[in-house]
Amino acid sequence: MTKTFRLALLVSTALSGAAWAEDVTLTIESWRNDDLVIWQDTIIPAFEAANPGIKVVFAPTAPAEYNAALNAKLDAGSAGDLITCRPFDASLELYNKGHLADLSGLASMANFSPVAKSAWQTDDAAATFCVPMASVIHGFIYNADAFEALGIAVPTTRDEFFAALDTIKADGTYIPMAMGTNDQWEAATMGYNNIGPNYWHGEEGRLALIAGTQKLTDPQWVAPYEELARWGAYLGDGFEAQTYPDSQNLFTLGRAAIYPAGSWEISGFNTQATFKMGAFPPPVGAAGDTCYISDHTDIAIGLNPASAHGDQAKVFLDWVGSPEFATLYANALPGFFSLNATPVVMQDPLAQEFVSWRDKCQSSIRSTYQILSRGTPNLETETWGASVAAIKGTETPADAGARLQAGLASWYAPQQ
Amino acid sequence: MASRRPLRWHIAVFLAPALLIYSALMIIPLFGTLTESLMNVTEAGERVFVGLGNFATLFGDALWSDAFWNALGNNTWFFVIHMLVQNPIGILLAAILSTPRLRMAAFYRTAIFIPTVLSFVIVGFVWKLILSPIWGIAPGMLDFIGLKSLFAPWLGKEQYALTTLALISVWQFIGIPMMLIYAALLSIPDEVIEAAEMDGITGASQFWKIKLPLILPSIGIISILTFVGNFNAFDLIYVAQGALAGPDYATDILGTFLYRTFFGFQLQLGDPHMGATIATAMFFIILTGVCVYLFLIQTRLRRYQF
Repeated sequence: MTKTFRLALLVSTALSGAAWAEDVTLTIESWRNDDLVIWQDTIIPAFEAANPGIKVVFAPTAPAEYNAALNAKLDAGSAGDLITCRPFDASLELYNKGHLADLSGLASMANFSPVAKSAWQTDDAAATFCVPMASVIHGFIYNADAFEALGIAVPTTRDEFFAALDTIKADGTYIPMAMGTNDQWEAATMGYNNIGPNYWHGEEGRLALIAGTQKLTDPQWVAPYEELARWGAYLGDGFEAQTYPDSQNLFTLGRAAIYPAGSWEISGFNTQATFKMGAFPPPVGAAGDTCYISDHTDIAIGLNPASAHGDQAKVFLDWVGSPEFATLYANALPGFFSLNATPVVMQDPLAQEFVSWRDKCQSSIRSTYQILSRGTPNLETETWGASVAAIKGTETPADAGARLQAGLASWYAPQQ
Repeated sequence: MASRRPLRWHIAVFLAPALLIYSALMIIPLFGTLTESLMNVTEAGERVFVGLGNFATLFGDALWSDAFWNALGNNTWFFVIHMLVQNPIGILLAAILSTPRLRMAAFYRTAIFIPTVLSFVIVGFVWKLILSPIWGIAPGMLDFIGLKSLFAPWLGKEQYALTTLALISVWQFIGIPMMLIYAALLSIPDEVIEAAEMDGITGASQFWKIKLPLILPSIGIISILTFVGNFNAFDLIYVAQGALAGPDYATDILGTFLYRTFFGFQLQLGDPHMGATIATAMFFIILTGVCVYLFLIQTRLRRYQF
């Protein structure tokens, strides 16, 4: 009896072992630790239900450590099967070192436009190495209750925008605009690259800068600094030492009326703010001008060539490129907009407002991200400094343009 | 003559563990860094020996040298603040603590020493909150005594940020010189003090004429510890201002400059070779400072044997 029981146990162990062995576990490397719950509860179960035999583990690292930690893991051969890709050079570098596989042949790549893929391609666009997941859109989020109380209409032109700021400032109940210069990047990302595309006409100016036919000293590249210089008067007291979380809190606590934003703020603001919010795209120069928005390709996912389960990983990547994933992701994370060519229906009103600008405005990406931040001095970092200096008034816009142009020309041949 | 001394093998055995661990963790990485600073990668990605080429870039290319001299200048100012504020106040506190009539000396000693054992992360975060123009208590307290006009967003202004951070660091580490000097003051024999009193030297002049000369070697040690600690500093600036050491690099010290270069920043990819070059430069700056102290100052300090 005991013997039979033991045998039965042994057999069942062996069998269950075999059954387990058929399951392949894929690990995803990511910097989005904020999204852990959404991956575990929503996205991964949906994939596993449709693809029995493949298990997926989402294993994020802190955002600031992601690049360094990922590089170390890839060099040591201990990285996960799927790699979340930063846009442009960080990922291109990984591809060149053989740490990302060429995914050009993946069936679902057909679902993405060339612009959507541009952040994860070689310069000649011959090879695409990550499946685009989402972009973020810049604009301004405002306190709708405050606007209503003060009788302000949503501004569409720059004059209306500054008139609105003047009204809020004169009233004194609210800080007109919530932004600080302590962390520096907001000034460039939510400042310069938010309002800039209206001046340099989005892709037209961005590509001309890469081609070397426009310079950072040209009026369309200096003018955004001139506008930023006017912002200083509308920021809160002591904005010089105000950090990014300070600004977020000032706005969600209802102490500030306008927040220069990236769409990634939406889900956080929805849970924090108790008032009604709205959003408007960067105001244009004159009524009726074409508007341009920064619709920045931000996140994608690629395959680690060292993965032992490359085929299963490709099944997952194919699924990430599908409209099904796009709907799932865009609704779970309002503010991260699908790059899929198939339109996605979103429930969140603020996210709907942001994405509606894609129809009426021309989309572009941040001017400094492609190619131009490859050398030293780094144009992106320099732009942070220049934007901050413009807001504080410590450097004139013309000087900032000249300094940035000199830095870029020092290493970038088309600008020499 | 007596027979030859037996081979004292136990010395080697007892030294070995410490020596091995120290070599593996300190000496080998140090030489690794020195070697890296002499190498660079070519366009094709090959690692080649470039001699002092990286140093020529660091000191010759305005792009690099401006950042380097800025960091070194800031670092020097950081050190000067510590020498002028931290150490004199530390000595003063120790002198007060060692007076026998002071009550609750143990409490003060502990209270002043506590910040030293706090993590940089906590110190940086707490002070950022205290000084925050939005939520901080500093503007409120100044307002309370009618001096609100003196408040400025210190950490965000180019002209104040570095001094503010240096003073935060002084606040944190004032306990170290205090404790060292306190120990030195306690070790002065009573006979010396009594003899001084017999000669009519009491109070402040007793401190200046009797005690201070006796604790000079300790002050020397504190100075060199401050020097090494300040030129290796990184944590507080990184925690409070981030790797970019804003505003506009006003708080950039060698440590943050090295970090940004070595690990990269945002879109800037890391450059291990230039990073190693900066690390090597830092090493030689500290080595020079320590040598100057050891060979020029310490040998001239007079010591008293009791």
